Amino acid sequence: MISVIGSGLGSLVAGFGLLTIKNVIMIAVGCALLYLGIKKDYEPLLLVPIGFGALLVNIPLGDMMAPGGLLRYFYDSGVLTEIFPCLIFVGIGAMTDFGPLLENPKILLLGAAGQFGIFLTLALALLLGFSKLDAVAVGVIGACDGPTAIYVTSKYAPHLLGAVSVAAYSYMSLVPLIQPPIMRALTTEKERKIRMQYPHKSVSQTLKIIFPIGVTLITCIIAPKGTPLMGMIMLGNLMRESGVVSRLTKASENEIANIVTLLLGLSIGATMEGAAFLKPQTLIVLGLGLIAICLDTVAGVLFGKLMCFLTKGKINPLIGAAGISAYPMAARVAQMEGRKYDKHNFLLMHAMGANTGGQIGSVIAAAVMLSVLKGMGII
Amino acid sequence: MDNFTFGFTITLVGMGGTLLTMWVLTLFVDVLKKFFPYRENQETGGEKS
Repeated sequence: MISVIGSGLGSLVAGFGLLTIKNVIMIAVGCALLYLGIKKDYEPLLLVPIGFGALLVNIPLGDMMAPGGLLRYFYDSGVLTEIFPCLIFVGIGAMTDFGPLLENPKILLLGAAGQFGIFLTLALALLLGFSKLDAVAVGVIGACDGPTAIYVTSKYAPHLLGAVSVAAYSYMSLVPLIQPPIMRALTTEKERKIRMQYPHKSVSQTLKIIFPIGVTLITCIIAPKGTPLMGMIMLGNLMRESGVVSRLTKASENEIANIVTLLLGLSIGATMEGAAFLKPQTLIVLGLGLIAICLDTVAGVLFGKLMCFLTKGKINPLIGAAGISAYPMAARVAQMEGRKYDKHNFLLMHAMGANTGGQIGSVIAAAVMLSVLKGMGII
Repeated sequence: MDNFTFGFTITLVGMGGTLLTMWVLTLFVDVLKKFFPYRENQETGGEKS
């Protein structure tokens, strides 16, 4: 009788005995993510579920990621099948207004330059000894686009999913700290003061409706491996602009996006189990992710300077930094930097154009990369 | 394929391919703007003459 009571009591403290130092560290990391999300307001919609997922998966005997575990179901059915990132993209498409971009389509090119960090970081990762597919996953952090990074990583380097996702979302929220020093270092005060004209003409609704259909057809035929991502973001945008399915549009940008964000965040947190996550490779991935976003900014600003030169000073190079996918943060950073040097300089709409171009650019860059990999026989 | 060849190819073709695709999109939007110009009376729902 006493031995039965003893074993019953023992089972209540067994978890403490099985708690490893790695579990404790990862619980602390989870708490740090919760702190950043709740107290500092850094991407709370994602950092809160990711942080809590990291807590849950590091509780011994909780078996959250064991076969049949709750988080294992979320992960297998939503992340491994690519459903979550694609559904998030429907919501992003439904929320995005491409109007500023359509008014000045040349700005789309800044959205391409803002992706160069992906490829440069990929090359750097290869130099550091990462395998080809791991390097692809690390490079895609430079897309500055969580769903794209998750899509590519879960498909080709699932063991890096936790590190890549945390890097992508953390650095996205740190864009206001990362970008300004680079923008100031690469531009002159005269360039930062350039005022850009606002086009007098607006964009017709017909154009806004045809745009997502055309973009889907053109980009998916050029880079078919990106069809799931580009198709979903443009479907969301078509629903928004057509105005005939407002119920679906509202559901996409609210209920669906919210539910999927919760499940996606928990699933990412679930990949942060101590034994799998705490490796030197994780630190290198985090470091390379930071480099990727810095390189994106450098390439965007330098391309902005080139466009400034070619247009004889009509483009403010600061908006080049907004050619990444961190929407709308990167656009706000460009606007704030411009106003520091000229209080009456309003770059926001142009920067928004570059920023939405960056959203399209990040998906195209990932699609081009996957299609080239397919062509080379790597995937 | 060795890592150098792979890295060089993917970097060059990736950046070039992304830029080229985005350039094609700018041309596409320019063409669309010519075919579907903004007409204030239609867009604002004003009375048609």
